[in-house]
Amino acid sequence: MEEIIRYIGEGCIGIGIFLMVTGALGILRMPDFYTRLHPAGIIDALGAPLVLTGIMLLTGASLLSWKIIILLFFMFLTGPTATHALAKAAFLDGKKRMEDKQK
Amino acid sequence: MVITIAILGILLSMALLMVRAFIGKSYFDRILAVNSFGTHIVVLIVLMGFFKKTEFFIDIALIYGLINFITTVAFLRYFKFRR
Repeated sequence: MEEIIRYIGEGCIGIGIFLMVTGALGILRMPDFYTRLHPAGIIDALGAPLVLTGIMLLTGASLLSWKIIILLFFMFLTGPTATHALAKAAFLDGKKRMEDKQK
Repeated sequence: MVITIAILGILLSMALLMVRAFIGKSYFDRILAVNSFGTHIVVLIVLMGFFKKTEFFIDIALIYGLINFITTVAFLRYFKFRR
């Protein structure tokens, strides 16, 4: 039983690290600002929580697990909010899309 | 073994984000890169705490998660009212 939980935890860490590297590569290679918001959302909402869930499964039930649950709660609350605020500020500032600039 | 590969992957991802923070054609791109860099820092601190078999690093990660969010919103309000 403990072996199964350890394998699931290591699998979660592996998938989470792959998603974070893909997200960073996406921010580097996407052509426009508004298209770069999507990999940032992947890092905030899917990559980091998967890694933290994997660590939580590896350490077992202790005070560290409860603190990681609190960290996950804050990350779900503040990560997508910051990305949305950035997108709205860029739009209200008059930043043009890639298709609108090519006229 | 898995933790070592994970830490190396996070460091590679941070290097890619720093390239975007230096190149980026507008300041919105740079704010985006620094915000994601902060999320990577939080994951790196928790991984290092597990690597060193110490349970005291998670508090620093909690504090830095909140600092990252407040810093991003503060930069956005500064650029909004400067115009």
